[in-house]
Amino acid sequence: MKYISEFRQQDLAQKLSNAIAQAVDPDRHYRLMEFCGGHTHAIFRYGVQDLMPDNVEFIHGPGCPVCVLPTGRIDNAIQLVERHDVILCTYADLMRVPASARNSLLKAKANGADIQMIYSTQGALKIARDNPDRQVVFFAIGFETTTPPTAVAIKQAQAEQLTNFLVFCNHVLTPAAMQAILDAPQPVAIDAFLGPSHVSTVIGSQPYEIFAERYTKPIVIAGFEPLDVMQSVLMLIRQLNEGRHEVENEYSRAVTRQGNLKAQALMQGVFELRPQFEWRGLGLIPNSALKLKASYADFDAEQRFDMPAIQAGDVKGCECPAILRGAKKPQDCKLLGTVCTPENPMGSCMVSSEGACAAYWSYGRLRALTQIAT
Amino acid sequence: MPNPYTSSLNIKSGKVDLSHGGGGRAMAQLIDELFIKHFDNDLLRQRNDQALFTVPAGRLVISTDGHVISPLFFPGGDIGSLAVNGTVNDVSMSGAKPLYLAAGFILEEGLPLADLEKIVISMAATAKRAGTPIVTGDTKVVERGKGDGVFITTTGVGIVPEGVNISGNLAKPGCAILVSGSIGDHGVAIMASRENLQFQTTIVSDSAALNWLVADMVAAAPAEIYCLRDPTRGGLATALNELAQQSGVGMVIDETQIPIKSEVKAACEILGLDPLYVANEGKLVCICNAKAAECLLAVMRQHPLGKDAAIIGEVIADGHGFVQMTTAFGGRRIVDWPVGEQLPRIC
Amino acid sequence: MCLAVPAQIVAINPVTGMATASVGNVKVEVSLALVEDISIGDYVLVHVGYALHKIDEDEALKTLELFAEAGLTSQA
Repeated sequence: MKYISEFRQQDLAQKLSNAIAQAVDPDRHYRLMEFCGGHTHAIFRYGVQDLMPDNVEFIHGPGCPVCVLPTGRIDNAIQLVERHDVILCTYADLMRVPASARNSLLKAKANGADIQMIYSTQGALKIARDNPDRQVVFFAIGFETTTPPTAVAIKQAQAEQLTNFLVFCNHVLTPAAMQAILDAPQPVAIDAFLGPSHVSTVIGSQPYEIFAERYTKPIVIAGFEPLDVMQSVLMLIRQLNEGRHEVENEYSRAVTRQGNLKAQALMQGVFELRPQFEWRGLGLIPNSALKLKASYADFDAEQRFDMPAIQAGDVKGCECPAILRGAKKPQDCKLLGTVCTPENPMGSCMVSSEGACAAYWSYGRLRALTQIAT
Repeated sequence: MPNPYTSSLNIKSGKVDLSHGGGGRAMAQLIDELFIKHFDNDLLRQRNDQALFTVPAGRLVISTDGHVISPLFFPGGDIGSLAVNGTVNDVSMSGAKPLYLAAGFILEEGLPLADLEKIVISMAATAKRAGTPIVTGDTKVVERGKGDGVFITTTGVGIVPEGVNISGNLAKPGCAILVSGSIGDHGVAIMASRENLQFQTTIVSDSAALNWLVADMVAAAPAEIYCLRDPTRGGLATALNELAQQSGVGMVIDETQIPIKSEVKAACEILGLDPLYVANEGKLVCICNAKAAECLLAVMRQHPLGKDAAIIGEVIADGHGFVQMTTAFGGRRIVDWPVGEQLPRIC
Repeated sequence: MCLAVPAQIVAINPVTGMATASVGNVKVEVSLALVEDISIGDYVLVHVGYALHKIDEDEALKTLELFAEAGLTSQA
C-alpha cells in the first residue's frame, strides 16, 4: 500500500531509534505532548515507546474527538431520538461512549431508538432521501478534518431541498484546545508538541505559529504512521537542544502552510464560532466550537428541536478530564482495569481506540507490567 | 407413490407463508419438495422425527451452532454453506471425524422460496463435500419482521479416533502455534457486501469445512496436537485469548509471520479495523508439540485449505495469560480480547 | 485523531463529483467536493468518504530520505 507501508519499515525504525538515542541530552527529560489520538494509537499499536530512550516521555493530548465530547451532548442526542422520534445517524465511534445513567447510543438503540451507523455524511443524506416522512439528524462530531464533509452535506441538502435532514453540530477547533492547554491555570509541563496531522491538511500549519512564538514551544506537524512519529520526535529533540521554537512540518506530503483553502471556505460559509463550548477535561473554552450559521438554521437540529443544555458529571473517580489535559496518565487512574475496562467503560478515554486509556489498556499494559517485574 | 399435493411448490415466485410452519399439508410439501429432495439420504427419507444410526465404538462429540447473517448470500458462500461448515468445523476441532448433521430452520414469512431453495441446494452440496449428510431437521415460520429471512441452527455428531486428545486447556509453554491460512477474509467479504460501507474487493469468504484437513493432521501426528480452534467471530485474536485463558498460559506471536492478504490489510486500513479481530469461517489454529510443528506444517500445506499455513508463535508461561505480539515495526504489544462487535472507525 | 487513508484515484465521475479510489486494490467511493485539480492516478488522503488533500509525491520522497539520513548520522 503506497504511502502506508514505506512509513512502517522496521529497518528505518531502528535507524531512527538510534538517531534519537544519540540526539538526546542524557541530563535532560523531554516531555512531548502528542496532540492527537492518532499519534497515541500509533505509539501504542506499534510499540514506539520501546524504541525511545527513557528520558523521552509522551504526554497524551486531547486530540480525540470522541474523548472530548461532553457527556451532556450525548444525553442530548439520546433525548432527541427518544423524545422526537428522529432517525439519528452517527459515526460508529460514538456508539459505546458513556452517557449519563449508564446509558449509551448502543444501549438506546437496543431499547428501540432508531440509531443508524454511517461511514460518511453521504450515507446520512441517503437515509434522509429514503425516509422523506422522518426527520433525520446527523450527530456531527470531530475536529477540522471531519467538519468540511458536514458542510458539504448541509450544502447538498439545501440544493436538493432535503428539508428532513438536520445536523446536531459538535464540531470543535484544534488551535483553541492547544491554547487552553497552554493557558491552563496550572499548566502541565510540556516541552514541545507533536502537532495535528490530518487536521492540518485542512487548516495548514500556519495557525500553530503563534503558539510556537508566544509560548516558546517547538511544534512539529507529525504524520500518523509510526516512522512519522519517530522522525517528528527527532525534529523536536533537535529544536529543544538548539533552543529553537518553530513550527516544522514533518507531514509535508499532505500538509502545507495554508492548508486546504476550498475546505476552509466551505466551513466558513456554513459555520460560525460559538462564543464558548464545553470540552470534557478542558472545561468551557471560548471560541472553540462551531455552529450552523443563521442562513442554515433550517438544517440545525438545535434550532428545530428543544435541546436544553445538560450538565452531566463524569463518573466519580474517573480521571479522563485530567488525562485529557495531560495532567495525569491512564495508569494514575484508580478505576483503570478495575471497574473501567473497554467492555465496561466509565469514561470516554476508555472507549475510542485512540483514547489514552483504551490504547494503554489494549496495547501498553505489557510495558508497565514488565517494568514492574524487572 | 402418487403426488399427494394438488400442484407442486411454486419455487419460482412463491414465498414462505405461515402455513409452511403450520404442520399441515403445506409444510409436508415444503419438506418433501425442498428439504428431502435436496438433502436426499436414506435416514431422512424414512421421514421420522429423528434419525437412528449405529455409531462405531469410541468417543462421541456433539456440537451445535446457530447461524444468522446479513446478507444471506455473499461472495464465497451463503448462510446455507456457512451453517454446514460452521458445525462441521466445531465438531472437527476436537479431532473428530464428523458423521451426521441435523438442521433447524426458522423462516421468516415472505422469504422467497427461490432463495430458500438456493440455500438448501448450497447446504446439500456443502454437506456432501464434507461427507456429513443432514439426517434430520425442523422447520418453523415466524411472522414477517420477526426474523432476518432465515436463521439456521445445525447440530453435528462425530467420533474421535483412538489416541487423540485435543482440548482448549492443553496448551503448554514451549508449544508451537500454527494457523492454517490467511486471516480476515470472511469478515472483509461480508463487510464489503453490506450496502452502507462503500467499498469493493475481490476478497471472498473463506467458508469451508476443515474436517479433511484435520483428518490429515490427526493422522500425521495424533498425539502431538493439543488444541485446535476455528477463529470465527472475534478473529484470530479472540481464539488465541480463549486458548490462553483455558490453558492458563501466555503466548507470543510474530506479526510478520501471520498470513494476511494485502486486500484484507487494505480494507482494514480503510475501516480502521485490526485484521486480527476480523472473522474467519475456514481457518484453524493449532497448538502442538514444538517438535511436531514442521511436520504438521508440511502436512497442512499439502492440503488446499492449508496451503498458506504458517507457524506464527509459541506458548509461554505467563500468569497474566497475555497474548503478546512482536510487531512488524519492532515493538511489542498486547493482543487483547476484542470489545463487542468490530465497528468501523473514523477516528 | 482522524483516520485518513492514502488512496489512488482510478475513475472520476465529473457529473456527480464522485470518484473511485483504490487502496491496495480495494475500491472506495470518494467525494471530490473538498479538493481541486484531481486527475486519475493522483493519490489523495481519504477521510469519511471525502478526499481531503492531494498527496505530494516529491515531499513524500523527501521525508523518506530524511528517515534514511537519520540512520546515516547515527551510524557515523
